[in-house]
Amino acid sequence: MATDEARKSVLHRLLRDPQAVITASILLATIALGLLANVLPQHGPNDVVFGNVNLPTGSPGYPFGANQLGQDIFARVLHSINTAWVSALIGASVALVVGTTFGLIGGYFTRLRSGVEWVFTVVMTLPGILLLILLMPLTGGDFRATMLIYGFLMSPGVYRIVRNQTIGVSKELYVDAAKVSGVTHTRILFRHILSVVRGPIIIATSFLTGTAIGVQAGLAFLGVGSAEIASFGGMISQGFRAINIDPMQFIWPSIFLGLITANIVLFGNALRDALEGSRPKPQKITATQTTEGFSAEVSGPADELAVLQVRDLGIAYKSPAGVLNEVVRGVNLTIRQGETIGLVGESGSGKTQTAFGILGVLPLEAKVTRGSVRIEGNECLGAPEPVLRALRGNTIAYVPQEPMSNLDPVYTIGSQLVEGIRAADGCTKPEARERAIELLGRVGIPNPQRVFKSYPHEISGGMAQRVLIAGAVASRPKILIADEPTTALDVTVQAEILDLLRELQEEMNMAIIMVTHNFGVVADICDRIAVMKQGQIVETGQIEELFANPSHEYTKMLLDSILDEDTIRTDPPVRQGANQ
Amino acid sequence: MTTPLIDARSLHVAYPQRGFRRQPIEIVHGVDFQIDAGETLGIVGESGSGKTTIGRAILGLAPVSGGSITFEGRDISHASGAQRRALAKDIQVVFQDPYSSLNPAMTIGRTLAEPLMVQGWDKAKATARVLELLDRVGLPKNAAARLPREFSGGQRQRVAIARALAPGPRLIICDEPVSGLDLSTQATVLDLFIEIQRDTGVAYMFISHDLAVIRHISHRVGVVFRGDIVEQGTCAEVTNNPQNPYTQRLLLAAPVANPQAQRARRLERQRLREEHENIYGGLAKLAERGIAKAVAHPR
Amino acid sequence: MLLYLGRRMIAGLVLFIVSSLITFLLLSMSFDNIIATRLGPGATPEQIADMAARLGMDRPVLIQYLDWLGGLFRGDMGTSFFTGADVMSQLPQRISVTLSVVLPALTLSAIVAVLLGVWAASRGGWVDKVCQGFSLIGNLIPNLLVAIGLVMLFAIELGWLPATGFVPMEQDFGGWLRSITIPVITIFIGGAANIANQVRGTMIDELRKDYIRTLRTRGVSPRAILLKHALRNAAGPAVTVLGLTFITMFGGALIIEQVFALHGFGTFAFTAATSGDYTVMLGVMSVGIGLTVGMNLLVDIVNGWLNPKARVY
Repeated sequence: MATDEARKSVLHRLLRDPQAVITASILLATIALGLLANVLPQHGPNDVVFGNVNLPTGSPGYPFGANQLGQDIFARVLHSINTAWVSALIGASVALVVGTTFGLIGGYFTRLRSGVEWVFTVVMTLPGILLLILLMPLTGGDFRATMLIYGFLMSPGVYRIVRNQTIGVSKELYVDAAKVSGVTHTRILFRHILSVVRGPIIIATSFLTGTAIGVQAGLAFLGVGSAEIASFGGMISQGFRAINIDPMQFIWPSIFLGLITANIVLFGNALRDALEGSRPKPQKITATQTTEGFSAEVSGPADELAVLQVRDLGIAYKSPAGVLNEVVRGVNLTIRQGETIGLVGESGSGKTQTAFGILGVLPLEAKVTRGSVRIEGNECLGAPEPVLRALRGNTIAYVPQEPMSNLDPVYTIGSQLVEGIRAADGCTKPEARERAIELLGRVGIPNPQRVFKSYPHEISGGMAQRVLIAGAVASRPKILIADEPTTALDVTVQAEILDLLRELQEEMNMAIIMVTHNFGVVADICDRIAVMKQGQIVETGQIEELFANPSHEYTKMLLDSILDEDTIRTDPPVRQGANQ
Repeated sequence: MTTPLIDARSLHVAYPQRGFRRQPIEIVHGVDFQIDAGETLGIVGESGSGKTTIGRAILGLAPVSGGSITFEGRDISHASGAQRRALAKDIQVVFQDPYSSLNPAMTIGRTLAEPLMVQGWDKAKATARVLELLDRVGLPKNAAARLPREFSGGQRQRVAIARALAPGPRLIICDEPVSGLDLSTQATVLDLFIEIQRDTGVAYMFISHDLAVIRHISHRVGVVFRGDIVEQGTCAEVTNNPQNPYTQRLLLAAPVANPQAQRARRLERQRLREEHENIYGGLAKLAERGIAKAVAHPR
Repeated sequence: MLLYLGRRMIAGLVLFIVSSLITFLLLSMSFDNIIATRLGPGATPEQIADMAARLGMDRPVLIQYLDWLGGLFRGDMGTSFFTGADVMSQLPQRISVTLSVVLPALTLSAIVAVLLGVWAASRGGWVDKVCQGFSLIGNLIPNLLVAIGLVMLFAIELGWLPATGFVPMEQDFGGWLRSITIPVITIFIGGAANIANQVRGTMIDELRKDYIRTLRTRGVSPRAILLKHALRNAAGPAVTVLGLTFITMFGGALIIEQVFALHGFGTFAFTAATSGDYTVMLGVMSVGIGLTVGMNLLVDIVNGWLNPKARVY
């Protein structure tokens, strides 16, 4: 199979997880007990012996005692295990087959989607357990028929998971590539889509079995179905009524039912961890974490004229093994008022991490290991969030790369701008409103009033980037950190945004840190350039100087890789086979 | 005159809309172009211009709503599943995103063998071909047994190129194949494309937003703007002496990695914009006056 | 927005009709059984046919359905097969018993789950451990066992609360409160566990998004980011789960009602189904479907209000 390796590693992880191993063993043990239901007990589940009514636990031949009818509780428990697992098998497999089949169809064949969708919407409105009860005259309460219907009722859950996953996977380019290669739809569905969707399906199934067992027990407790068929629900109901005679009659089936359902859930959780990796961790909004015993250390001379001085900044992430790996390794950066510095590097060079480190908005997993960040002489590393918050917006501001994802989708542009302005300088709402509209006009938005009232999804990407710039410069910051602000935009829009930043800089005398991988952008807007490689700045200099005479090997290599504008392809097309 | 490999005439592409009585949205409004065997047609344009859709129409991934595409004289605008499978031997694709274009759960070897299996190759021959392909794109032989996540973006793109080459196609649609790559990788991958073309005589439709890339690889260039090809010609004609105002703007908007040259280009662009604004501003004023007149003197 | 509302409501009505038709068809397959049961074991086929004719059950099923649906829209669900009592007039009282257990449980679940989920997602530490532990335990044990366990603990061992029975609110408020406490806690444990887990997950997803970071760089306070932005964005999925939880609680109340001897909607349905009282069964079915459809409609409307993008369709 295509995914042998992936599967092996999941199995491997499961086998090393004690929770998975223990719960799976317990579940397998119950199944084994159930299979021996006709072997281990000395009585049949429905054998009624009047002399043995209410025998206590541990009686000879009746290890769990006997109930009010004199039936062997041990035998009935073992047969109940079978009932439970058969219910789970029927319910889960019907839900699984129906949900997966239609999920794949509805997700993959866009033309059929709305029809399939409708059918499952209808199924979802069928009144669950009530329907099972109402259909008793039809099913006669037989637990297998009931679970068959219940499987259909559970199928929308599986359907939704599979459909959503399939829609996601269908958009992947490898599916398109397979189509282009002439791979048939069935083969694409099985080889490319099912293999990716499989994980969530397995997880869902494990929980469905638990639900099916719980529902079957509930129904049997109500008295649905024949008393001849031993089941946990029936036994619990019976035992509950005899609770004053001998609580053990009630406790034995409860223990086994609880054991099975609890272990299914615990096993399902272990399975999820193995298939999906660790679960998301809480996200506290707080100042950047530092390593233990960290104190901001200043090395090297202070630049009196600098608005921002970064010295020996180190940022690290914990590897899965628990070791701290530095991704930013001793960065030094000084910037003066009105200056634009380009922070240039390839992906993974640590340029964005440096920018976030300066702003103090690194993710929770990141740790500052060393160094100092001073904004107008104030140390920011190790400072508490409220102190940093006072600086942000006012003194230091940020323009992100991807315009759309950086606006809150549920609030209007205007309310987001107003909120930022008020947070930064505490003015009144009408004042902030007036300023926001003025700013929207300033950043070149043709109809500021209308955009003020628009939601983010109603404007274009270029427009959204202008809005973000307006938000960043609203309180006339001294330092603007722009993280690839034009990468997501078209070249013509990029040129306009760069013009805008240049104008705003002149107007407000801001210092700009331009994080980018594009040397054209650097040539256009920067005064100085700092080249980053593997978490370190390898070279800095004035742009004219650095473009003309790079000194570091890496800088030379990068500059050489730039496609020379003046070279045009000159070799003629190869005409072989053109005229067959 | 020889029959071109691809001949698109008045090609329209429109996506039907969900819901009742909704008009389909037309993305491509009737474009004409030809691709000859062994040549590269560069298609340059901005996001949403329809350049990707043109490529997808050739691949059968976007619905042709008007006009025609022929491949070696055969109409393939509405090719059936079986016809598409046959065409897969001749027309292949390399996509932009090297992360999304390889199935993360399939080994490189299986990914490369898949198009061959579809063409009915037997296993031994396919395996040999996979090794040959890996070698061709500069990857080690043991790559076949590994999963995509073990490779960098540039290496993945090499795998994607190998997959496209597998059945020995006549044409490869390259949809921004180097845009997702780092600068240093970009140049080497582009060189690989050119080298392969020289060796095998495969034709490319090379779609990109980056003029420098387009100039580097194209013999001929088409400029797409809002669903139309606004200018078409040899690479030198279009990129050195553009006639269409949009092409001119596009050229001037791309920043050049040379501070002095970029300053000059920026000034030129700003001058052009002002000119443009003067003309259109004047027109707008005239129009306003015209409207004012019409309001003041209704007929 | 009005157009959106109108379209959703029409869709809801269509959904109700289709869904009730399906259930009606399923139920109609057992009409013969029901009549046979009614007439007792000695009934001849002629007697059965005669009775079917008298009740109009020999007509084509579709006609019967339309007849029933027409009655429903006129507010007439017919009379009980056995007692002759008007079905429609019995329902409110039965529903109110179930709702007086389900609604407090749902409200309590929602409050506790949102507080716990938001707190866990944004603070971590021991609160997160409590949240995760709680949602695990809530899922671990079937409702049935929780119910019986609580009865044994509070009613039988400690004797603090009545084990069974229902006291109407207007009769004795204190008694009502005591009578619903254990059932409410039982339903609450399962419901809150699911919702808390969901809220925690979506809140974490939201807090990791780009716009949160951008808001921070503007100097917006963590409290506003958490409660105004992240929570509002996470509220959509939470409302959806809340709706589903309500439906599950209402349907699942049946078992709880049985344990605590509450004569609610579930018991009503169960008695009708075991005795084959088909007019009552049809009434119960329409309430079940109507409630689900209505709840989904409400969830859609709330989501449309919460998220401007959702209003498009």
